Amino acid sequence: MNVLEVNNVSYRYHRKRVLHDVTFAVEKGEIFGILGPNGSGKTTLLKLLSKELPLQSGSIAVNGRPLHAFSQKEWARFAAVLPQTMDTAFGYTVKETVELGRYAHQSGLFPAWTAEDEQAVKTAIEEVGLTEKAEEGIDRLSGGERQRVYLARALAQQPRLLLLDEPTNHMDITQQIKLLDQLVRWAKERALTVVAIFHDINMASLYCDRILMLKSGEVVAQGAPEELMERDLLNSVFHAPVSRQAHPTVSKPLMAFLREWEFPRLQRGELRERFMWATLEDCIAISASSPLKVLSSALVGSGFQWATHFVNRQVSKDYDCEDAKTEMKHYLRRRGFPVQQTIGMMTAVSVEDAVCTYENHGAFSVWTVVTAGVGNAVDAAQAWKRARLDQKIGTINIIVFIDGNLTEAAYVQAVMTATEAKTKALYDEKITDPETNSYATGTSTDCIAIAATQTGEIFPYAGTITPIGKAIGRTVYEATREALRRYQQRRKSS
Amino acid sequence: MQKQFIRIFSNEILMYAAAITVVIISLLLGISIGSLSIPFSAIIKIFLSQWFGFTLPDDIPSDFVQIVMAIRLPRVVLAFFVGASLAVAGAAFQGLLKNALADPYTLGVSSGASVGAVFVIFYNIQLPLFGTFTLPIVSILFGLATLVLVLLFTRAVERKMSVETIILVGIMFGAFFSALISLMIALTGEELRQIVTWLMGSVAMRGWKYTMMMLPFFLVGVMLLLFNARELNAFAFGESAAMHIGVDVAKRKVIVLTGASLLTGAAVSVSGTIGFVGLVVPHMVRLVCGPNHRLLLPLSLLYGGAFLVLTDLLARTIISPRELPIGVITSLIGAPLFALLFFRRMRRKT
Repeated sequence: MNVLEVNNVSYRYHRKRVLHDVTFAVEKGEIFGILGPNGSGKTTLLKLLSKELPLQSGSIAVNGRPLHAFSQKEWARFAAVLPQTMDTAFGYTVKETVELGRYAHQSGLFPAWTAEDEQAVKTAIEEVGLTEKAEEGIDRLSGGERQRVYLARALAQQPRLLLLDEPTNHMDITQQIKLLDQLVRWAKERALTVVAIFHDINMASLYCDRILMLKSGEVVAQGAPEELMERDLLNSVFHAPVSRQAHPTVSKPLMAFLREWEFPRLQRGELRERFMWATLEDCIAISASSPLKVLSSALVGSGFQWATHFVNRQVSKDYDCEDAKTEMKHYLRRRGFPVQQTIGMMTAVSVEDAVCTYENHGAFSVWTVVTAGVGNAVDAAQAWKRARLDQKIGTINIIVFIDGNLTEAAYVQAVMTATEAKTKALYDEKITDPETNSYATGTSTDCIAIAATQTGEIFPYAGTITPIGKAIGRTVYEATREALRRYQQRRKSS
Repeated sequence: MQKQFIRIFSNEILMYAAAITVVIISLLLGISIGSLSIPFSAIIKIFLSQWFGFTLPDDIPSDFVQIVMAIRLPRVVLAFFVGASLAVAGAAFQGLLKNALADPYTLGVSSGASVGAVFVIFYNIQLPLFGTFTLPIVSILFGLATLVLVLLFTRAVERKMSVETIILVGIMFGAFFSALISLMIALTGEELRQIVTWLMGSVAMRGWKYTMMMLPFFLVGVMLLLFNARELNAFAFGESAAMHIGVDVAKRKVIVLTGASLLTGAAVSVSGTIGFVGLVVPHMVRLVCGPNHRLLLPLSLLYGGAFLVLTDLLARTIISPRELPIGVITSLIGAPLFALLFFRRMRRKT
């Protein structure tokens, strides 16, 4: 059911057009966001809804009744407003301020203060968590606390509709989340409808059921955040480059702003020159002067991440640790690596036997580093026959550095290509799964990282037949075969 | 502005009791002290005999009765009403404009009303229907017109109507009207000293006639403002906030401005321009009992009255037998306080 229906509303300040033909409807219990750049008419729209400005053309209806038919007092019993800023020259206490919210519920020249009024005020102050400070002067509170006082005053009006103009403007991030969580709860529990201007796209995406997007006074789009949070639309509305990501835990999109000025990246053609290669007694450490975007299954730094350091650590065959990840982080920290920007892998093979292969194709280059051990060789197709999987260290670790700009799809294809090449290398070296006596496809604890500089030409794909895919396939195949040979040699000689 | 304000009395009854006690003591002091000192006990006995039919004891000389009833009582009562009017008007202006520096004087309303009063007095005008009420009515109308001009002009200068701009415009209009008065006086060629004394404010030698003249306007003005105490609390958070909680802003604003102008115009018409009472008194009251207009208005009324009675006492005794204009004393107290409030406000901003 629609609580609020706005039809063809236009508004002009003097001769300037501020709103043009705005139409939308808000359902009961909905959190409805208004989003748009400065000067898009958001605040004017909210002022029309709060009866602060008179309607010039179009219509606004509330539960089917036109807005202008409400007296200011009647309207205040239905809708409460929380503006961006509000100030007073005098030192009213929190309670006195919230008491003003009861104005619309009182009548007569000297109205009595009823028990119901008192209860509403008390509850409102409780709900914003200011009971302790009820008798304090609002001029002594912080900006965020003051905003909560005004919210309490709005709640004391016991409204069915809450109009908010950038409600979290003066709040730190913790307070913002707390306030917005509370709004969602109220909306669901009490069928309170919320119409709010947001300035943060992601906050709006996270908390709104639907969003209205304004640009230069016109509706550009409206709908669920999943539909609206789209790169081209936001780019055109906000004139700032954004890219869309999935929220890590909630099924809502997350928009990341890109800044105009590029972060320092590795320059093209410098792939190997700009790396520092260090073979320490128990690890290989490769470090770059600027971060690379990495997709990896590494123990430390898994998933997508920007990293400058790549560490392949050698541990003893009997390494056994309950919490290998934490132990690995301690190790990296002890060694002086920046843990947040490090990709950390483990292997039981000697890191001296690492093999590098390199291919330069002008538009891009690929550099692959492999360490290989096949103590736990497994045939993926027949692994189900095994009683249990040993998690012993005996691993093929592959790091592929690419001097190029890859899409996320290309990253995934690069992983596939590298894996297929690795499997072929194992086959050609005739490595078998000792339990099933079939050819092994890998080991039980293999690890891979694809790291790209993200500069220069964009490569949308990295499948086996693409130029990058070919380079990956060949370098990985060759490096893995060579690494396997070195591994076998060392085993024979010891 | 009340960073350090302390609410001494939490109990409302106690606050009223304290204010009424101050009023009674100041009235008694005002009647008692003068060229001829009259003890409190004698004053009370005179009142008992005059109003309640008790016989006057023989030890009180009959000229005491004359001085109390004909000279000092009308004077302190008039001083009380003038002070009460100005203080309540000041409190209302401050709430409405959410501006602690506003008062009838700083807004130029007093000067505007003076122009009306001087006009009526020196050209001896009498409107046909109103008789002796011509003076306060013209004063009130001039005061109201000035207020509207000041607010319109401020709005034209700056939509946001900041505290500083309103006061600047008020003082500008005030200066212009003062010059206009001087011009009128110069043109009439009357004896100047008396006029100047009137202009600087005085409640001397006015008699009951003047009290009666302002009383109806005082009562109506105070009622209008007291009925709008809750709205003034809302206005103190700004007009849009008042609107959001359901106040009919346009209507209430007119009522409050009318009420405050009635009080200012009536006070000015009987006593001339007495500056800063409306600034000092509400400020002091807020320090003690907080900014809630439901208390601030009646307490400003009581303390404002007492304040002016005492100021008048000071004005007529400090260089006795001569008298100082009462406005000199209120400005000596009020202007530094204004400066202090202004200083704090600007410091807090930076």
